[in-house]
Amino acid sequence: MPPIIEFKNVSKWYGEGDSRTEVLSNINLTIEEGEFLAIVGFTGSGKTTLVNMMTGLLQPSEGEVLYRGQPITGPAPERGIIFQNYSLLPWYTVFQNVALAVDEVYPQWSREEREAHVRKFVEMVGLSHAVDKRPSELSGGMRQRVSIARVLATDPDLLLMDEPLGALDALTRGNLQDEILQIWSANRRSAVLITNDVDEGIYMADRIIPLDPGPAAGLGPEFRIELDRPRDKTDMNHDPHFKRVRTEILNYLVQLGEAGKQQSDASLTLPDIQPIKPGSRSFVSKWRRA
Amino acid sequence: MGQHLTESPVAPAPKAPLAGLGRYLPARAKVGRQLPGMARTLGISLASMAVFLLLWQMSASYLYGVEASARIERTVREQGPEAGAQMEACIASGDVSCKPNTLPFPSEVLHAAGLLLADHREISAKKAEFNTETAELNVVRAEQGLDPIVYTGRPSFVDQIGTSLKTVAVGFLISLLIAVPIGIIIGLNDTLRIAFNWMIQVFKPVSPVVWLLLVFMIVKTLTLGSDSDTSFLISCISVGLCSMWATLVNTSLGVSSINKDYLNVARVLNLGIGKKIFKVILPSAIPVIFTGMRITVSVAWMVLIAIELLAQSPGLGSFVWEEFQNGGSDSNAKIIVAMFVIGLVGFLLDRIMFWVQQRVSFEKAVG
Repeated sequence: MPPIIEFKNVSKWYGEGDSRTEVLSNINLTIEEGEFLAIVGFTGSGKTTLVNMMTGLLQPSEGEVLYRGQPITGPAPERGIIFQNYSLLPWYTVFQNVALAVDEVYPQWSREEREAHVRKFVEMVGLSHAVDKRPSELSGGMRQRVSIARVLATDPDLLLMDEPLGALDALTRGNLQDEILQIWSANRRSAVLITNDVDEGIYMADRIIPLDPGPAAGLGPEFRIELDRPRDKTDMNHDPHFKRVRTEILNYLVQLGEAGKQQSDASLTLPDIQPIKPGSRSFVSKWRRA
Repeated sequence: MGQHLTESPVAPAPKAPLAGLGRYLPARAKVGRQLPGMARTLGISLASMAVFLLLWQMSASYLYGVEASARIERTVREQGPEAGAQMEACIASGDVSCKPNTLPFPSEVLHAAGLLLADHREISAKKAEFNTETAELNVVRAEQGLDPIVYTGRPSFVDQIGTSLKTVAVGFLISLLIAVPIGIIIGLNDTLRIAFNWMIQVFKPVSPVVWLLLVFMIVKTLTLGSDSDTSFLISCISVGLCSMWATLVNTSLGVSSINKDYLNVARVLNLGIGKKIFKVILPSAIPVIFTGMRITVSVAWMVLIAIELLAQSPGLGSFVWEEFQNGGSDSNAKIIVAMFVIGLVGFLLDRIMFWVQQRVSFEKAVG
């Protein structure tokens, strides 16, 4: 059986000629069925480009990305993605946002079935009380929960997560990590987590691959995490295997960082920071309901 | 909104985002801050209205004086001092026959408004009477397959407002039917945007009068042989063509500047083109589209008067023109009444559009 995702000598660049910037260079990667893979890397190293080629939102400039042995030609709901910035549609309620996905993926179901399905997943992420609220009325953590429910409700074969918890506070982050793991372990789909937090990667994944800093980033050596599931954050901190793997990965990344500093003469890669402005929208919807 | 936040119609203390602030302010303080704000707006508006009326009164009386002395001088020059004295007495008595014809006084305008209303009541009564008289006959005619007899008397001022509103509504609808679909298409497609761009840039600044002539040329040819009245058709199509540009430009802008994240959601879910447009692109563009539609409505109302005037189609424009041509003693006052009515109706239309915009869009409209 072919692996769920396979990258074969994939390179990706933007622009042509003198303005050509190579983001990823010669990537070879295999993701097995049922595996939880984490890719860690510095911001701006091309992690989002990598995951977007798995969704099909981007096409490789060279080489090919295979999904179950077939080249990926475009996005499909079977490869669900949780975006870093939630990407909820602000004019829809929580219910409608999830329903948009469910209606698209299960057109053959009856209205009642689809509605029940939406409610089930909204409940699963603990937002039943907010089902008729709009994204602007929710906190960052709640919005990301909606985004998770939207993806999970379509029952994807492969769950892609592009720094899903990057914009959240530590506490919410920890809770959502557990929730994602719980849902993932329930049906053991394949999953890819993009993150810049090594601890998060170790806690959640079976395998960690660092992405060297761009431009022209390549993949580093893989690190297997052989910790039993379910993992416990507190116990894990004292586990010798955890300590060793963590040190190894951090050392590797630190070395990369040092090397990057020595190499870099003028070209700085700015961090990819998106402002989140919840204020103005929630203001209006509050007023409109008043 | 250039004024205070507290007096704007869209800012009644929002609950959630500013709830934190509320804790530090006693409830009374908030109300207290809002009330003087409203009183202040009202006070300033009333005061400026008084100044406006005063200036009007002063300029009217100055112009009246100039016109009166010119008239007396002319009479003296042409008919001798005796006739001049007579004319002076006549003007002083306020007789209609020798009233100087110039900018009317505010009181005259108010009086003319009353006259127009009275005229409307009279005409409505006549119309009602006519309708009851012809009701039986019309039943018979309908049975015979003949057109019913309708009242064809002079329309009142209020009827003219109604006709104008009808024209502008049809014109607005025409502009929406043209501008929104084209705006969406050229917003989605780069090639078509370039193809349409020169057209928009060149035709946008064309004067309503020229549009009217263009429409006249086309409609005249298309309706050859039919003896129906095409003036209404011509004026509403012209209004639509003049006013659609703002909606067209804003729709294409709103559609083309949609947040990439929303499009990615649509792509990942493999939404069909229809669903993509109606569930993702349009909702996201609606605030911008509605801003364009508000401009369209105000432009439509503005050009309507000029177009009606030229197209001889009934409505406020032709009312103004007829009054000007009549040159009756109260014509000028009636024209000023029409001016205020036109302004107020335009203001109301804009408020209605603003209200609708608030209802349908997820973002706050700025008005």
